[in-house]
Amino acid sequence: MNLGLGPSRQAAVNELFRRVLFLPPQSSTMASEIDHLHYFVIATTIAGASMVGLLALYWVLKYRVREGLAPRSDPAPTSPAWLELMLAGSLLGLFCLWWLIGYMQYVRLRVSPKNTLDVYVTGKQWMWKFAYPDGQSSVASLYVPTGRPIRVLLTSRDVIHSFFVPDFRIKQDALPGRYTTAWFEVPEPGTHQVLCAEFCGTGHSVMRGQVVALDPSDYARWLAAGNSDRVVGSLGEDPRAPLGQVGGPSLAGPTNVEGASEEDFPPAQLVNLVRVGTQAAAQQGCLRCHTLDGTPHIGPTWAGLYLGRVPLTTGEVVTADEAYLTESMMDPLAKVHAGYAPVMPSYHGLLSPGETAAIVELIKDLRDVPGRTEPPAERTAEGPPPAAGAIGRAPQERPALPLRQAPGQGPMPPAVEQGLPPPGLQPNPPPVGTIEIAGPNGTRRTVPSAIPVQESKP
Amino acid sequence: MSAPAEILAESTPEPDYLSVESGIWSWLNTRDHKRIGVMFLATVTAMFLIGGCFALAMRTELLTPNRTIMDAMTYDRMFTLHGVTMVWLFLVPSIPASFGNFLLPLQIGARDLAFPKLNLMSFYTFVLGAVITFGGMMVGGTDTGWTFYAPYADSTPTDVVPVVVGIFILGMSSIFSGINFIATTHLMRARGLRWGNMPLFVWTIYATSVIMVLATPVLGMALALVGLDHALRLGIFDPAVGGDPVLFQHIFWFYSHPAVYIMILPGMGVISEVVTTFAHRRLSSYVAVAVSTLGIAFVGFLTWGHHMFVSGMSTFDAGVFGVMSMFVAIFSAIKVFTWTGTLYRGQILVRTPLIYFFGFLFLFVFGGMTGVALATQSLDVHWTDTYFVVAHFHFVMVGGSVTAFLAAAHLWFPKMFGRVYNERMGMLTATAVFIGFVLTFFPQFLLGNMGMPRRYYSYPPRFQFLHVLSTGGAWLLGGAVLLAIGNLVVALRWGARASANPWHSRGFEWLTPSPPPKHNFPVTPQLDFSPYDYSMTEEEARARAGAR
Amino acid sequence: MHAPELGEQFSDLEHQAAALRFGMWVFVVSEILLFAALFTLYAAYRTMFPSDFRAGVLHNTFAYGTANLFVLLTSGLTAALAVFGARTDRRVFTGVMLSTTAGLGLAFLAIKLTEYGKHIEEGSLPGPWYHYSELPTFGGNRFFTMYWGMTGFHALHLTAGVLVMGWMAVRAFQGRYTARYHVKLEMGSLYWALIDLMWIFLWPILYLS
Repeated sequence: MNLGLGPSRQAAVNELFRRVLFLPPQSSTMASEIDHLHYFVIATTIAGASMVGLLALYWVLKYRVREGLAPRSDPAPTSPAWLELMLAGSLLGLFCLWWLIGYMQYVRLRVSPKNTLDVYVTGKQWMWKFAYPDGQSSVASLYVPTGRPIRVLLTSRDVIHSFFVPDFRIKQDALPGRYTTAWFEVPEPGTHQVLCAEFCGTGHSVMRGQVVALDPSDYARWLAAGNSDRVVGSLGEDPRAPLGQVGGPSLAGPTNVEGASEEDFPPAQLVNLVRVGTQAAAQQGCLRCHTLDGTPHIGPTWAGLYLGRVPLTTGEVVTADEAYLTESMMDPLAKVHAGYAPVMPSYHGLLSPGETAAIVELIKDLRDVPGRTEPPAERTAEGPPPAAGAIGRAPQERPALPLRQAPGQGPMPPAVEQGLPPPGLQPNPPPVGTIEIAGPNGTRRTVPSAIPVQESKP
Repeated sequence: MSAPAEILAESTPEPDYLSVESGIWSWLNTRDHKRIGVMFLATVTAMFLIGGCFALAMRTELLTPNRTIMDAMTYDRMFTLHGVTMVWLFLVPSIPASFGNFLLPLQIGARDLAFPKLNLMSFYTFVLGAVITFGGMMVGGTDTGWTFYAPYADSTPTDVVPVVVGIFILGMSSIFSGINFIATTHLMRARGLRWGNMPLFVWTIYATSVIMVLATPVLGMALALVGLDHALRLGIFDPAVGGDPVLFQHIFWFYSHPAVYIMILPGMGVISEVVTTFAHRRLSSYVAVAVSTLGIAFVGFLTWGHHMFVSGMSTFDAGVFGVMSMFVAIFSAIKVFTWTGTLYRGQILVRTPLIYFFGFLFLFVFGGMTGVALATQSLDVHWTDTYFVVAHFHFVMVGGSVTAFLAAAHLWFPKMFGRVYNERMGMLTATAVFIGFVLTFFPQFLLGNMGMPRRYYSYPPRFQFLHVLSTGGAWLLGGAVLLAIGNLVVALRWGARASANPWHSRGFEWLTPSPPPKHNFPVTPQLDFSPYDYSMTEEEARARAGAR
Repeated sequence: MHAPELGEQFSDLEHQAAALRFGMWVFVVSEILLFAALFTLYAAYRTMFPSDFRAGVLHNTFAYGTANLFVLLTSGLTAALAVFGARTDRRVFTGVMLSTTAGLGLAFLAIKLTEYGKHIEEGSLPGPWYHYSELPTFGGNRFFTMYWGMTGFHALHLTAGVLVMGWMAVRAFQGRYTARYHVKLEMGSLYWALIDLMWIFLWPILYLS
């Protein structure tokens, strides 16, 4: 909203509107732009409602009668059609202008830019877990570098959650069984609250977390140290970290939590996601059909697959991006690579979200491995020999279809059962803040709240 | 059967519908649309008060950031109870089943609805559904919210099945009423009554009925499937076995968005009647209101996706749903222009229903415009599932529908019961309702802006100030509504006798005595003129209706 | 003078018949929307699992579905003939036609139950009970869940229809439907046509392709 003011005046106007409307700080690159549309829309709304109300009030006062209604000599005037149409048309024009601006912004919010730093986010009753391609993982706190677009790939382990960061003006549902994405870029270091915005059960309101934006050098230190505590400790002293911003969430770092001890915040696990992916791929039998070095086999090789063009049996060609790779694990027969038999079973429910993320990361890691060759032509004609065996074997290998899980009692991913640290999933999250809830039969139990954060009064 | 015109209203040989028979059985087994309408009115008012109690309990809990009076599970049940009660037991049937039932035949000059037995069945179906829904929620402690989103509704440890069965039955009641109203409007109109002269309240009840008949079955199916999912683990919407939870949202909102128009359209009809009656002139554009009513009913079916902009739908779909939402808003805007324009050069009598009209006009415009704001996608990303949405739909549903419901109760009270209420008290409570309402829900817009998500039992302390304001407003609103209803209840017994047409309206329903005789019109009227023609005197209108 | 079956809100029987017929049509539209929700779900899941749905359809026994199609279409004819009989005041003919319709409805249910038996045997059951070994996929599970849901829901409607037809047959033999006033018979017949129509749509998507 350029009102022809100088930049400082414009900033002051922006700040005034923001405070009057109780909006949180504008801490992402998109936030202030979205807020400008917000001011435009809300100002128009208030003006419109007031105008209608005042006009009605004026006419009532003007044409009010106490008693004694006289029959009208004339039928009262009607509004001419052109007036109605003009009013409706201009209003429609205004609404469509809102829509146009809002839609363009929405598309930019939804379509992430290139070269993002990807973080896999898993929602679970009732906590957020973050897994980084570099191998870090953390619970409740997402550490990101400033000045770089961050893409979150969201999924859920149980019911629908929604990843909401008010300071960034972003929100995206995390759906079980599929990935959705959102992105943001934080210009300044600081801490920003994450809330769950989709009702997900008793602990919904304490399913909170935080995004900690670090200066790139601090972020590098955090990565290198592999110990979130130290960096967070220094963040607390860092004068650049705008903690306790006015009107916004005033979050203190985890180290400031009262009564929280060192054991409550174990160092983030240093797990290389690619290595986890390799392990998972081996355990789940992926490597029986897929190769990592470009050798042709029953299934397409993973070498050089990522972002390659995949010809489908239907004749279409798709790009092997994260969405395609994930879909191919969950619903392999939806888009079958031309030249390969549709023999792959679905891994839906067998792979934990973390493992899926790790395997995708592995495939991404193999992007530059040469040797991705087209399948031999004769296979297309007669079908691969192991197809019959594979289709007969699959049902025996797979457990019965996973039945519905009761919330919070879902089976641990296979890796956990075998004592391996799963990516992004800590078996026992730190039980910081707790909340007392009533069970269905009048029982009471205490559940951990996800957020290790204490707030100061506004 | 040729009778002089005067007998239409002056001398009534027939006793009115209230005194024609007495005894509880004569009510419970009645086929008279007026009595059924009154029974519905009493039932939905009771539901409204119960739902209001749940709301007050919730608002009280939200006074402090953590536990105030209940635990998290109870709070979750409370907002489910509040939502289910208010949506399905109050808002959907409120105006159509009570005032629509009572007035539709009167306004088109019919002796009754087309299917009186079906009408009574609709009432008992409603009662049955209400009992099952309430019983289910009380015993099973459903905590899913009124939206029953899968897979949470599939997997919640609380019981979902009785509630969805109850709502399914309530849906059948809606469909029965809808069929009855549609057939009545088409086939029972008095001689000479063209579609172009139909009272606007009839138009809106007709459009509402169309939505009820078309949308309710889809909801019924969606809820039946969620119930099956929960009970039999069919997993139709459960991703653990390949189901798609977002599909549930699509099917749910395919009903529940049009259902918003089921709730608001009859209110718009009431407002159209109120403004013409008290401005004592015809509408500034009858055609605009009638056409936009149908427009809302049609376009309202094409906008459901705007509830799901952050569910991962494609940006193209989101764009289409967004622009359709802009179109549906225009129809409401046309109505607002018309109502406001109707005040121009009127002879305006300021009475209680007109105060409610003011409340409606301001709140509905603000609520409607924030709806358009919510359909603006990039803003919706921040606002959806926050208190901004809560405030928006309460502005439309409470500021719109409930205000219209109260306006209707005051406008037609003399018609229904032949008595007048205390006018001063009526105006006072109407003003208090408005103030209480604004105080309750305006802070919620700001809460939403701050990023306070809905359905939160405990919240970060920075939200507390606005929550306290909102809770204070809620108690004021609750008190004001109780007083307003109390004022009417008192008048039932102690109010002064009303004349046949105390507001000097030209509406067709006022051509008969108040309260009307059992068969509505002593002589089948001929309604070949406009119900908004104030250039005729009352006597001329009566003579014309009774003329052969 | 009011005829016994004439409601006091109507001026004459034609008026009442018109209203009842109209109301029934509105009800039929409402029912179609009820099925539409299921068809939408089917379409959505078929888009998600095209090959599994295709395999499921091919697995279904074409003969059962088609036999049922012919049974129902014939019953549609007899239901229509019953209306014709009432219009021409043929009491016995009307009753026989209605009984035949009910009988054909029962035949449909018998065939359907045989087919269900086969599904139970091979394990192509809905939801958690699904253990059909030739199609051990989520898509297969979805297909057969939809199959059971849609045919089961149709069978429920058909059972209600058989009861209505049987009751109307008794009334027809009693001579309750006259050429002058038989609108309730028309309404029943219309409802039967709805059941017919639903199967005409279910048959191709569950048995053909």
